[in-house]
Amino acid sequence: MTKAKTLLATLAFGLLATTTALAGEVRIMWYSDGVEGEVLQDLMDRFMVDNPDIDVIIDNVSYSTVREQLPVQLEAGSGPDIARVTDLKAQSEHWLDLTPYVEDADYWRDNFGDQADWMRPDGSDAITGFMTQITLTGGYANKTLFDQAGIEIPGPEATWDEWMEIVQQVATSQQVPFPAAMDRSGHRISGPNISFGANYVGADGLPAPIDDGVKAMVSRFVEWNAQGIMNPEVWVSASGTTYRAAADDFINGQLVYYYSGNWQISNLSTKIGDTFDWVATGSPCGTAACSGMPGGAGLVAVKYTKNPEDVGKVMDYLASAEVVKEFSERTLFIPAHRGVIAQGLQFQSDDPQVNAALSGFVAASASTDPNALFLPGWKWAGTYYGALVSRTSQVIAGELTLEEAYERMDADIAAKVAEISR
Amino acid sequence: MGNNAMDGAKKMIGVAVAAPVKFVMGLPDAPLRLWQRLTGINGMAVFFLAPNMIVFGVFVLLPLFINVAYSMTGGAALFLDNRVFVGAEQYERLLSCENFADPNSCVEDGFWIAARNTLFFVIIQVSAMIAVSLITALILNRAIRGRSFWRSVFFFPVLLSPVVVGLIWKWILQRQGLLNYLLFQFGIEQQVWLIDRFWAFAAAILVSMWAHMGFYTLILLAGLQAIPRDLYEAAEMDGTGPNRTFWRITLPLLGPNLLVVIVLALIRAVQIFDEVYVLTGGGPGTATMYLTQYIYEVGFASALRNPGLASAASILMGGVLVILTLLQLLAGRRGEKKAERE
Repeated sequence: MTKAKTLLATLAFGLLATTTALAGEVRIMWYSDGVEGEVLQDLMDRFMVDNPDIDVIIDNVSYSTVREQLPVQLEAGSGPDIARVTDLKAQSEHWLDLTPYVEDADYWRDNFGDQADWMRPDGSDAITGFMTQITLTGGYANKTLFDQAGIEIPGPEATWDEWMEIVQQVATSQQVPFPAAMDRSGHRISGPNISFGANYVGADGLPAPIDDGVKAMVSRFVEWNAQGIMNPEVWVSASGTTYRAAADDFINGQLVYYYSGNWQISNLSTKIGDTFDWVATGSPCGTAACSGMPGGAGLVAVKYTKNPEDVGKVMDYLASAEVVKEFSERTLFIPAHRGVIAQGLQFQSDDPQVNAALSGFVAASASTDPNALFLPGWKWAGTYYGALVSRTSQVIAGELTLEEAYERMDADIAAKVAEISR
Repeated sequence: MGNNAMDGAKKMIGVAVAAPVKFVMGLPDAPLRLWQRLTGINGMAVFFLAPNMIVFGVFVLLPLFINVAYSMTGGAALFLDNRVFVGAEQYERLLSCENFADPNSCVEDGFWIAARNTLFFVIIQVSAMIAVSLITALILNRAIRGRSFWRSVFFFPVLLSPVVVGLIWKWILQRQGLLNYLLFQFGIEQQVWLIDRFWAFAAAILVSMWAHMGFYTLILLAGLQAIPRDLYEAAEMDGTGPNRTFWRITLPLLGPNLLVVIVLALIRAVQIFDEVYVLTGGGPGTATMYLTQYIYEVGFASALRNPGLASAASILMGGVLVILTLLQLLAGRRGEKKAERE
C-alpha cells in the first residue's frame, strides 16, 4: 500500500513538473549559416541559469525549413514561439507585438528602429523583433589564385563585365573548373539587377513589370552560364525556387569568384582556414550603380505563442546591448543595434582575412542603391525573387528563351498578386 | 496415483488460466447477440467492418473531400473557412493550354512539364522495372549458389529510406562523386551526370528502380514458387523448350502476380518524389520535376505557393491514377476470363 502511494505521488509530481515546464517553455526555430547556433545555445544556457522558470528549447533547422515549412505552420496558427526569419515583411501579420511584453519599448525603438518596418505590417508601429544581423550581398575572390596568375584583383569601380573577363583569365591560367558562381537565389541576383537600373516597385507599390535593368543583368547572367564563366550547376541543379549556395565550391578552391554575402564570412574563415587567401570585394558595378542587396535575418516573436511574457523576457535578453555585442563578435555578424555599432566591435577571430572582409562589406554598404534599400521592407520582394530564380534557371537549362522567361516572370508575379489580393 | 495428482493439478491450473480469458472473451457476447438480433446477419458484417471503414474514412476519404474543397478555393489563407470560393477556376488555370503537347503554351506550364516528365518516367521506369524484376525473380527461383544471400541483396534497398537512397546516389553521381572518380582512375572522360538532362533522367529511373525492384521481385518470386512443379515436369516430358515453357506456363500462371506488380509499380511511379527530389531537386531546369514535386512546390515550398492550385493538380493526378488502375483491373479480368474459356 505504501509502495502504491509512493508510486502515485511520484506520478503526480512528474505530471506537475511536466506541466510547469510546458508553462515556461519557449521554443526558438533557428537556422545557421555558420557558428551562430552554438553561440545562441551558449547564450540561452546562461539565460536559463538566471531564469530557471523558463525553459528555452532551440530547434536547429535548415534554412529551407524556415523558408518552406514555417510559413505553413504560421498560416495554420501554430509554429514556434520565436523564429529566425529572412522573409520578414511578407509574414509580418504573424508576428507578436512585443510592446506590452518588453521592459523598455523605447530601448527597442531607439536601437532597432531603423529596421522595424522590415518586420511589421505597413502602417503599424509594433515591435515584433530585431535583426540578428544586417547583411549585404557581395563577392569574394580567391586571392591566392589571382596572385598565382599574376593578375590584379579588380577595384571597387570594376563592372560585372570586367570582373567576368578577369576571373575567366585567372581560371584558365590556374586550371580552376569554374571562374565564378552566384548562389541560386532571387535575392542574390537582385543587387546586380539594381546595379543595371532595375526597379521592382511600381508606382502603386505593387510589383512593376520586368524592366530593362533586369533584362540587362539576367541576359548577361544567362550568357555567362552558357559560356561556363558562371558555374551552371548552381542554378540548373534544381527546379522552382529552391535555394542553393555555391559556398562549398569556393571553399574547395573550385571557384575564382563567389557572389554571396557577408553572412558567409564565418563559414569561409572556419572552413578555408589557411588553405588559401580570400578577400571580400563588394559588388561589381552595372550601368546604374555598384549595389549589393541589403537584408538580414530577424528574430521575431510569433503571435500564436502561449507564453508571451516569457517570450518577452527571452527577447529582452537577446536584444540587450551586451548580448548583441557578444553574439555579433563571436558570429562575425554586423549587428543592427545602434548603440552597439556606436560602441564599436572587436570581432573574435584569429583570421586576419575576417576583419578585412568585414571592413570590405562595411565599405561596400556605402554604395547600396536606394532601390535596394527599399526591398527588405517590401511585401512583394519574395514573390519577385521567386519568379526571377525559377524562370532564369529555365533559360540557363535551355527550356525557355529570355523573352519567354520575362513574360513568364511577369505572369507568375501577376498570378501571385491576384491570388493574394482575392 | 502420483500421475493422477499431477494431471489434476495441471487441469486446475488450466481452468484457472482459462477462466479470466473466457470471461473477457465472453464480455462482448451478449451485446453482439443483441446487435445481431436487431440488425440481422448483415448488421454483423457492418459491425466487423466498421473499425476499418472508420480509419479509411478519417484518413483517406475525409482528406480527399477536404482536398476537393481546397481545389475550389483561392487566396493566401490556409484555413478553408478563410479562403475564397472560386469554383473551377484553379482547374481552368491548370487546363488552359493552346497546345497540350507544348507545355510552354499552357498558362500553368510547370504542371504540364511535370505531367509530361511523369508520363515518360512512368512508361520507361515501369516497363524496365517489371522486366528486370521478372528476370531477377526467374534467376533467384533457380537453384543457384547462395540463393538466400542474393535474395537479401536485391531486397535490401527496399528497407532504406528514400532520402538515404537519394543521398547515396547523389554522392556517387555528383561532379566530384565516386563514379567520376572511378572514371578518372580508368582514364575515361568524366560526366556531369546530374546536370545533363538525359543523364539526370536516366539516373532518376535507375535510382528508383534500384530502390524498389526488390519488393516487386519478391512478389514475382512468390508467384513463381506457387506454380506447381508437375506442370514443368509434364512439359519437359513432352519435350517443350524453355522459351515455350516460359510463354505458355510461367507467364500465364504468373498473371495475377504480374498484374499486382504492374498496378503497384504504376501507382508508385506516378507518385515518384522523395528520392528523385533529393537526387536532382527536379533539375537540370525542370527535366526531372515530376507531378508530386510540382504539387509540393506549388502548395508548400515555393515563394509563389498556391494551395488551391496544388490541390486541383493533385485531384487531377488522382483521377488519372484511378483511371489507369481501373483499366488494368479490367484488362486483368478479361485475361482471367479468356484463360478460363481456354
